Amino acid sequence: MLEIKGLTATVEGKAILNGIDLVVPDGEVHALMGPNGSGKSTLSYVLSGREGYEVTGGTATINGRDLLALTPEQRAAAGLFLAFQYPVELPGVGNANFLRTALNAIRRSRGEEELNAVQFLKLARAELKQLSMADDMLKRNVNVGFSGGEKKRNEVLQMAILRPKLAILDETDSGLDIDALKIVADGVNALRAPDFSALVITHYQRLLDYIVPDRVHVLVHGRIVRSGGPELAQELEATGYAAVTAEAA
Amino acid sequence: MPAVTESLDTVQSVTQSGYKWGFSTDIEMDIAPKGLNEDTIRLISAHKQEPEWLLAWRLNAFAAWKTMTEPHWAKLHHAPIDYQDIHYYAAPKKQSGPKSLDDVDPTLLAMYEKLGIPLKERAILAGVEGTEDAENQRQQIAVDAVFDSVSVATTFRESLAKVGVIFCPISEAVREHPDLVRQYLGTVVPAGDNYFAALNSAVFTDGSFVFIPRGVRCPMELSTYFRINARNSGQFERTLIIAEAGAHVSYLEGCTAPQRDENQLHAAVVELVVMDDATIKYSTVQNWYPGDAEGRGGIYNFVTKRGDCRGARSKISWTQVETGSAITWKYPSCILRGDDSVGEFYSVAVTTNRQQADTGTKMIHIGRNTRSTVVSKGISAGRSDNTYRGLVRVMPRAHNARNHTQCDSLLIGNNCGAHTVPYIESRNSSARLEHEATTSKIADDQLFYCRQRGLSEEDAVNLIVNGFCKEVLKELPMEFAVEAQKLLAVSLEGSVG
Amino acid sequence: MREQAKPLEAVTGAFLARYAQQPGDCDARAEAAELFRAGGLPSVREEAWHYTTLRPLADAVFAAPRADAALLVSQLPNIEAPRVVFVDGRFNAALSHPPSGLSVRTGEPAWGTLARPETEKLVALNTMLAEDGAAIELADGVDGGTLMLASLATGGAFHPRHAIRLGRGARLTLIEVNLGSGAYFNNPVFSIEIGEDATLTHLRIQQEAQAAFHLSTLYAEVGARGTYDSFLLTLGGRLARMEVHTRLAGEKATAHLNAAQLLGGNQHADFTTEVTHDAPATVSRQTVKNVLTGHSRGVFQGKIAVSRIAQKTDGYQMNQALLLSPDAEIDSKPELEIYADDVKCSHGATVGELDSDQLFYLRSRGVPEAEARSLLVRAFLNEALDPIAHEAAREAMEGMIAAWWEGRKA
Repeated sequence: MLEIKGLTATVEGKAILNGIDLVVPDGEVHALMGPNGSGKSTLSYVLSGREGYEVTGGTATINGRDLLALTPEQRAAAGLFLAFQYPVELPGVGNANFLRTALNAIRRSRGEEELNAVQFLKLARAELKQLSMADDMLKRNVNVGFSGGEKKRNEVLQMAILRPKLAILDETDSGLDIDALKIVADGVNALRAPDFSALVITHYQRLLDYIVPDRVHVLVHGRIVRSGGPELAQELEATGYAAVTAEAA
Repeated sequence: MPAVTESLDTVQSVTQSGYKWGFSTDIEMDIAPKGLNEDTIRLISAHKQEPEWLLAWRLNAFAAWKTMTEPHWAKLHHAPIDYQDIHYYAAPKKQSGPKSLDDVDPTLLAMYEKLGIPLKERAILAGVEGTEDAENQRQQIAVDAVFDSVSVATTFRESLAKVGVIFCPISEAVREHPDLVRQYLGTVVPAGDNYFAALNSAVFTDGSFVFIPRGVRCPMELSTYFRINARNSGQFERTLIIAEAGAHVSYLEGCTAPQRDENQLHAAVVELVVMDDATIKYSTVQNWYPGDAEGRGGIYNFVTKRGDCRGARSKISWTQVETGSAITWKYPSCILRGDDSVGEFYSVAVTTNRQQADTGTKMIHIGRNTRSTVVSKGISAGRSDNTYRGLVRVMPRAHNARNHTQCDSLLIGNNCGAHTVPYIESRNSSARLEHEATTSKIADDQLFYCRQRGLSEEDAVNLIVNGFCKEVLKELPMEFAVEAQKLLAVSLEGSVG
Repeated sequence: MREQAKPLEAVTGAFLARYAQQPGDCDARAEAAELFRAGGLPSVREEAWHYTTLRPLADAVFAAPRADAALLVSQLPNIEAPRVVFVDGRFNAALSHPPSGLSVRTGEPAWGTLARPETEKLVALNTMLAEDGAAIELADGVDGGTLMLASLATGGAFHPRHAIRLGRGARLTLIEVNLGSGAYFNNPVFSIEIGEDATLTHLRIQQEAQAAFHLSTLYAEVGARGTYDSFLLTLGGRLARMEVHTRLAGEKATAHLNAAQLLGGNQHADFTTEVTHDAPATVSRQTVKNVLTGHSRGVFQGKIAVSRIAQKTDGYQMNQALLLSPDAEIDSKPELEIYADDVKCSHGATVGELDSDQLFYLRSRGVPEAEARSLLVRAFLNEALDPIAHEAAREAMEGMIAAWWEGRKA
């Protein structure tokens, strides 16, 4: 479970997050929506520990652990997964090799036994099948030469293999067609469990038809200004962000 | 895994300590007095019981060396080398040459074991027989171990002898196969070729001699380990590999050295000769002591390596992973004489702390339809300087010559330098040459992506660096590839952040 | 008229004569003389002169200057612009049309501040013997339009010394033309300072006589957000070297050093450049094309140096050579010297002949072989002219390329 209290943060000296209060309990999927520049991606980077983002106040915990005190890889070991909006390329680094290394690093930190190549391959192939993805995804280099849709699907594959406790999806739906969208949604839904929560950051309502959220929050100028059930997303779709933004001002 | 790598693994468990092979052995040594003059050379020649022609050859080389000056065009800065302040010969005391492993000084054998070198044939065979892993093809490795100027033992003589392959120390080859040696020695790298080759020709003390007869595919990979031990002794190996028509051989060279304060000079010469349809694959994973964090005490590595593709359709492939040496000056080269001959150069050169490397290759296209491929990956970290210096020269009659060169530099941190100096010369209009060079760093985005997936920063760097070097590492024989990857990881420890 | 003595010997004699006549700048000249006396002409043992020997220059004898320079004016490219004309190294008012809006001073060498006679010997030679030059200055914000700087040569050895200064936000298109007839030695030095936000477009046409020597050295320093955009077309001279040292001194400064070298016969042309990125976010681009016929030899040495503080540098260099005869030779040395890690630097070099697939394609469409070759070579070269914005200049150069191709002997 994710618990954020009064979180403020700056980027290059500019205040972007201006006091975020948010709780995503175990087993729930919450959606975070908002106009461009509201701070959606910033929140995901602050939670995952990217350099260049300075926390100026507040707290964030994952299952009671102080997230902000951990390094990025420690946060991953604590169960955090960020599906990037623009996944970066790693030339020469094989997808399978990358995933096995990451999985074993996380397992090591949890005191679990590492998987050898054969064991890992078995696990990976099973997940690929579930996600209706081709085997050769594993042989390619991480995101090199991948189309936008393929990159997003690679993120979902990684999520399926690493089995995080808290997944943050940063505009995972941008640039996807309906089929790719469904695959992504299926992947996320397959992970739903009593000890799993997700924060789906999206600009558009469409994805939320397939990943139906338990709660929807609206982020404007670095603060959550409204929260509601899934119908809030449809309302925003109809009226746009202007009303909410005006309300918040 | 083969015995070699297994032992090395034990030695090189991933710890945070410094150079892992930094120990020395106290063994009674037969050391020539310091200094370089005709007497030193006569001493060396006498100790090795060399024939008159070889002594004369050495003395000619020495005469040539005295007229030459140290080259200074490379991008290297080092304290001047006092050539008179070096011991040129150090051999373990012995009554006469070891007839079998039982005759070898047990302290020496223990040292080799420490280094993970399998001198005992039994050990290797046991290792080989123990193979159960269906996925790995167990390779036999014949090892010719060199301890400070004298090869102590050579294994697997019998199996090689059966197919007519000669693999022995060069001093032995001079005694057992003098005609062969005389026919080829100095024909690829003449004594007057350059300053360090002249020096080597005068004072070389040992190295490997390999001869593969017509049509023979050498049944195992050949390997040699080196070590410099004696205080102030330079090492001057001379290696000569000949592949007759239709012959094939894969040769591995890997080196270690102890920690010392004074800089140690290493000026080796390697000559390769390939005839029609023959192939030599020469792989090096180098681990010379690089000096401490301030750059003191490392090895100076000035090497001349050259392959002569004399036959039609002959091929020479140089693959190297260089992570040691305070100073590296080496340009493994190919002379593409035979029509349709092929030269390849795959290299990863890593410099950290205050190391300096000026390395690359020369591909000389002389025959028709010759082809050369150069893939060079340079990684600089710390306050090091890493230079690729390459020459592709197409002579007037080299019709249809083809070259493709790719040099990539990866900079880690902002205090190092990465430089590329390619010379591209063509005198034949039908030649097609392509050269590309790029410079990059490990992007923050890439590091963060890996870390968000649970990898430590160190692991992330290793992963990305390995990806960067993949094209080269895949050219290495498997055992070496594993060692090379570990070497890269150890070399770059602590260089990021 | 006396026959000019060999340059090396003439150096000492000529200098002593100058020393007496121009006491004002004695020190710089004396120093330069010392440097030259100590070093002499650069030799091939020096890395920077690895591919170009100056033996022919040392052995050459030059014809005496003639009086018919005016005839050469008709050979100038057909571009409407004010022009400053030098004949055999001396300003010639009669043949010039002075510009307005910018200051051009002649009558004495324009020393400039950037030259390095201590490292470049030919610059030391120029410093010793320069008699005249153009000092071109644009005040802040001035748009100087187009100015032609022409060198017409008939004989002898001369060392024009030019300095150009652009104030903040100033703009100028400088068309530099070098041509002549006979046997002579032209050794110009340029010192160019480009202020912040200023742009100098420098189009250089080297069309010296077939028996002439042209060795030019240019220094450019570019301020923040300034641009030095240059294109060189090399057609003439029996031995030519254009050496360019550019320093990007301010943030976001840009340099373009493009060139096309067209050689035949026994010509030897060397284009040696050095771009130093000395400030963050600076940009350099180079596209250099060589077409070599006959027994000619083309040389390209291009160094991109990035200093430690020049993060976010973007440097790119592409060098292509077409060898059209079995006796032609190309030597290329694109060099990178990088000390900053957050940079994007790359270079590419290709050497070859005309693409046989492309040739076949044209021929299969009915184009005869000779015409097909011509088409492909000119396409190759015209691509180099793409970045030239000045219409008239580009047209003039396209004409020169066409003329060269028609007139060449394979």
